Amino acid sequence: MEKEKHVKLHGRRLFVNVLVHIFLAILAFVWVIPIVWIVLTSLRGEKGSYVSTFFPKFYTLDNYIQLFTNTNLLNFPRMFTNTLIIAICTCLISTFFVLSVSYCMSRLRFKFRKPYMNLAMILTLFPGFMSMIAVYYILKAFNLTEGNMIRISLILVYSACSGLGFYIAKGFFDTIPKSIDEAALIDGATRWQIFTKITIPLSKPIIIYTVLTSFIGPWVDFIFAKVICRANADQYTVAIGLWNMLQKEYIHNWYTCFAAGAVVVSIPIAILFVFMQKYYVEGMAGAVKG
Amino acid sequence: MKIKEDGVIAALTRGDAATKLSAIIMGAGLAAHKQLVKGIAVFVIEIAYILFMINKGISCLADLPGLGDSLQEKVWNEELGVFEYTAGDNSILILLYGVAVLVVTAAFIVLWMLQLSRSFKLEQDLKNGKPVMNFREELASLKHQNVHVTLMSLPMLGILLFNIVPLLFMISMAFTNYSKENDKLVLFDWVGLKNFARVLNFNGNIGRQFWHVLAWTIVWAFFATFLNYIMGMILALLINRRDTRIKGFWRFCFILSIAVPQFVSLLIMHIMLQPQGAVNVILQNLGITSSALPFWSDATWARVTIIVINLWIGIPYTMLQVTGILQNIPADLYEAAKVDGAGPVVTFFKITLPYTLFVTTPYLITSFTGNINNFNVIYLLSGGGPTYVGDTAGQTDLLITWLYKLTVDQQYYNIGAVIGIFTFVVLSIVALVTYRNSGSYKNEEEFM
Repeated sequence: MEKEKHVKLHGRRLFVNVLVHIFLAILAFVWVIPIVWIVLTSLRGEKGSYVSTFFPKFYTLDNYIQLFTNTNLLNFPRMFTNTLIIAICTCLISTFFVLSVSYCMSRLRFKFRKPYMNLAMILTLFPGFMSMIAVYYILKAFNLTEGNMIRISLILVYSACSGLGFYIAKGFFDTIPKSIDEAALIDGATRWQIFTKITIPLSKPIIIYTVLTSFIGPWVDFIFAKVICRANADQYTVAIGLWNMLQKEYIHNWYTCFAAGAVVVSIPIAILFVFMQKYYVEGMAGAVKG
Repeated sequence: MKIKEDGVIAALTRGDAATKLSAIIMGAGLAAHKQLVKGIAVFVIEIAYILFMINKGISCLADLPGLGDSLQEKVWNEELGVFEYTAGDNSILILLYGVAVLVVTAAFIVLWMLQLSRSFKLEQDLKNGKPVMNFREELASLKHQNVHVTLMSLPMLGILLFNIVPLLFMISMAFTNYSKENDKLVLFDWVGLKNFARVLNFNGNIGRQFWHVLAWTIVWAFFATFLNYIMGMILALLINRRDTRIKGFWRFCFILSIAVPQFVSLLIMHIMLQPQGAVNVILQNLGITSSALPFWSDATWARVTIIVINLWIGIPYTMLQVTGILQNIPADLYEAAKVDGAGPVVTFFKITLPYTLFVTTPYLITSFTGNINNFNVIYLLSGGGPTYVGDTAGQTDLLITWLYKLTVDQQYYNIGAVIGIFTFVVLSIVALVTYRNSGSYKNEEEFM
């Protein structure tokens, strides 16, 4: 009696387990298939976006070669360097801004601290590109919307408002014990020294997290880039370039190159993302392991 | 009225001659009270401001109420024998400069108040024999007591220039008739609340579209948030089950999709689901469907497709979040439940669900507001379409994508600005109520 029940229970558990694993396998398949599709398309020998089979009829690396050598219509290498320059500058400025603001919000007490936090919250609720047109006119007033100045414009656009996104880093600084600061103050350190010599060295995970998020930003934004670059093709970033490859006039010849470009952009970002995830988790766990 | 000890009114009524003088000659009070360099600096700023106002500012402000009225015209120049163009007014620039001058003036007034109260404070300190900082000490304090000034100036300047001024500018646009309609792109006027009335009026063309878009925005945000949340949670639970094998592999499969930039995966989906795209072709080749499925051309299909694809995007995020939380649920809770004879279903509803809900409420709120503003998913997948003839908003447009279309594509700037303001209103109702009640805001100090 007892044994029979056990066998029955065991059988049911096995059944549930098999069911769960089949279900997970189906889901995993659904999630991975579009990514496999991009990779396969980037290696596809036949041109055009309309295909009748899942697997390419023949494989080739020509798409990657065309992407980097055929620079008459869409200059991908140039877009890549543009984006790289913009991303590096953006991440330097943003990191400085975010860290300074977060430190002030977390460690210092001054009159406009609460008002600033409330203001920041209100400002982030406005849809970002509601102000896009106005930003464009402001940049134009500073003569930053022609030629190479467009790069500076984009750097400014991506980094100028980063002081609003201080929540995560502030949360991290909050976990650094205040007693460390107090000890340093007694030893005669200034607040500036505490910031640069104590807080920053203790905050590796959150600094890396901030650097990576702000570095990735310019690679994946194309709305601001589109409005500010307009028709200046030599200033395009990767995101606009890839978007253009799918427009009616290019899609037939460039579809497979688009896939190649997507792979080229995705690989470094995916790697950075994995790092970021690691440091994000560490950052969330706090500065001093309890 | 209560007079603040170090306020402006106190300075003006109870301050000495030098302090009172600094109401007109700024910095006089500072200079008289042992802060000469600072006083001079403030005075120089005052002179610069006055010069700026005389040269440019006043004319900018004077144009603001009328927003300019002279068109660019061709004038025959007798001497040279050519047509010359007169510089016509450009309302948009008048408005922008006007707003900028107003912001500069506001900053100047703040400075005026600061230097007055500062000077009064110095006066008091000197009287009471308290030490007063000289200029060098003041500079040194930028690294210590006043380090927030050093650290925050640049970030705040950035926010002012690239967020506050543009926002004020756009908000003021909502009260004008700046639009392609009736050719008001160069010269336009103030129209008061007309645009708001137009957007809210259900019978008008714009108003009808607005209510449709608003309804869909809320439906979308609701489904996108809660479906993602529930399914992500189920997925996390399935992977976290004790009997599930190769947990790391399953997680990797799902996280892979987060690591690919969103615009890439969205564009790929958009192409795959075209009438001639891979999905339709393969379905037809397999004989499952006889004609192409209208993924983007039928309103209902498009809406469902977008919500489903958003699941593909969103579930891994929820899974990541929930996995961390699940691992933190104290194990003794489960043991106690087991001792009391609770089955898996009861444990889920009595322990797992309440615990995760408690921890993830802020995450739910942010993802709800995030979805209201979810530009990428809509714009890259359906482009807001399908759009009926005569409409500016498509059937899947959110407020935010409609705003983009109205301003960038259609140049209906005034209506766009109104939509932006309404989006803000919707968002702030959701966010302020919930955020201000959340523990992290109220108990900020307790955390330390």
